Amino acid sequence: MTDPVPPPLPLRTKLASTVSRGAAALSRATGRGDGSVIGGRIGLMIDPNLLAHLAAGRKVALISGTNGKTTTTRLTTAAIGVLGDVATNSYGANMPTGHTSALAKAGRTPYAVLEVDEKFLARVLAATSPLVVGMLNLSRDQLDRFSEVAMMAQLWRDALVAHPAVHVVANADDPMVAWAAQHAPEVTWVAAGQRWHDDSWVCPECGAHIERAGESDWWCTGCTLRRPSPQWTIKDGLVVDPAGTAHEVSLQLPGRVNLANAATALAVASVFGVPVEAALPRLAQVASVAGRYATVVRDGRTIRLLLAKNPAGWLEAFDMAEPAPTLLSINARDPDGLDTSWLFDVDFSPVRGRDVLITGDRAYDLAVRLEVNGVAFRHVRSFAEGVASVPPGRLEVIANYTAFQDIRAELDRVN
Amino acid sequence: MSTESALRIVWLYPDLLSTYGDRGNLLVLAHRAERRGIAVEPIEVRSDQRVPESADIYLIGGGEDGPQALAAQRLIADGGLHRAVARRAVVLAVCAGYQLMGSSFFAKGAKCGGLQLLDLYSDRGPSRAVGELAGDVDLALGLPKLTGFENHGGRTHLGPSATPLARVTTGVGNDGATEGAWHDTVVGTYAHGPALSRNPALADLLLRWATGADTLSTVDDTWPDRLRAERLGV
Repeated sequence: MTDPVPPPLPLRTKLASTVSRGAAALSRATGRGDGSVIGGRIGLMIDPNLLAHLAAGRKVALISGTNGKTTTTRLTTAAIGVLGDVATNSYGANMPTGHTSALAKAGRTPYAVLEVDEKFLARVLAATSPLVVGMLNLSRDQLDRFSEVAMMAQLWRDALVAHPAVHVVANADDPMVAWAAQHAPEVTWVAAGQRWHDDSWVCPECGAHIERAGESDWWCTGCTLRRPSPQWTIKDGLVVDPAGTAHEVSLQLPGRVNLANAATALAVASVFGVPVEAALPRLAQVASVAGRYATVVRDGRTIRLLLAKNPAGWLEAFDMAEPAPTLLSINARDPDGLDTSWLFDVDFSPVRGRDVLITGDRAYDLAVRLEVNGVAFRHVRSFAEGVASVPPGRLEVIANYTAFQDIRAELDRVN
Repeated sequence: MSTESALRIVWLYPDLLSTYGDRGNLLVLAHRAERRGIAVEPIEVRSDQRVPESADIYLIGGGEDGPQALAAQRLIADGGLHRAVARRAVVLAVCAGYQLMGSSFFAKGAKCGGLQLLDLYSDRGPSRAVGELAGDVDLALGLPKLTGFENHGGRTHLGPSATPLARVTTGVGNDGATEGAWHDTVVGTYAHGPALSRNPALADLLLRWATGADTLSTVDDTWPDRLRAERLGV
């Protein structure tokens, strides 16, 4: 495969792109942010089509979903890196300003892999004309501000109808994703799993009950919607490609969900022409993603950071966490959603019997939840107090978004 | 409730109305009952199943317009909840579930018929009410302040035979002045999701109504009390 040659940029786009990079540098230099939002915002003011201009000539993959999109974007970027330079929004700035900034900063790369906020998928599809869109999962997340899951699935479905040329790589195990991608002309189905079922009991097509069997099979009891037969599957810890070849995928990232994220990344990359064997060594190099899964040694404690932003994410985090002292931290600031009701959607019993510490702005909400859940815990006033109160050895930390960022900041913005 | 059988708590239609941790109310009730040595039989009833008529407490939660309208249709057609209320079973209805206890509500722009178990109706408000909700509870119930989180687009108007659950001190509730409603053993509130986690005294009131007990032994409420103090101080 030959690299696509990017066309020359219009003058206005060049200016917007240069100013955008300048603003980003200024933002970083003044310590106000990592620059990925402000740079893009200013650039888009000068040239509203900046994202489209910057994407033109690149082969683009978009990755979206409620959970796992930052990690899957990172893995896909690594895999497509086999072919050449890849632009990506690695800071998790996943709205158009972030995409604009990432593309401007990267210069003229032949490839781009962009993480896209679920709500912006239609807009970014239109602007970037991607070769592939990867759809991971849809579940409840920050419901005090955002749309219900069925509405999001409808938005995705409409976006795919409007862009029939895009090749879809979609999770066959999530009924909402399967319904959204069902009628796309070209779909590669991945059995990427869906541990969380509470947002897909009702068929998005007809409203009847969705029945489940075994690990991942599902079907609607009222219409013809059922789990599509996946081309990529995971069996006994191996990723099986469409030809039936089983690959051992050695990852530094923990958990079954990251194996599934890797399978999706491999499926997306294979549409770009990347052979699985060539991608595997690159996936193995990914050690942490913007602090997620990072391990930090502090005062004799080996601290591992796990991010869990919503009920589905907590289920996956419990699957990854080792039986060790565990610190849970909960905030409810704007980026988290102000409502803590979701704590009762999470079954915390997997950490029962461990030395559980709780902290964060909303530790009392968590305390009440854990008491009802029969999970004994200790409340600590800060992350530092938590670290000091456990013996040397492993400490697992699971936190929601801003709580995670607070802890990351205390650990010198570990990546 | 007979002494030899467990307290039967029905959670209605979790497949339709369980958007914001609504399971929490079932868990809190079960937890507080079991601490008093009262055995609990939790029963989750899906929208394609019959509503049992002989349970002690019925819980119904929040959800979006489509599921709310569907839930109302199915509950009216089923009739089980009406027969349970007629024999004074206890009901806690939350948010969308609260609206459908009335005579009518709006879903997806259309007026829908409700269950008529509370004398009230709901329409659309000028803006969505999202945020902390607090109020002074009706003195007849003898409860401390109500605290919760609300997230709804509707406004609810009470008729003469429904009593406001509380007078609003923070947030919107029914209409900015009153919040929730109660009549006999049916209680409705806009404090959505796990409302009882912040209001253990309300949970105990429902348990007392269901068991016929005048009092319940005290339980350690250190954590709910801290949570209440923090939230009511906001």
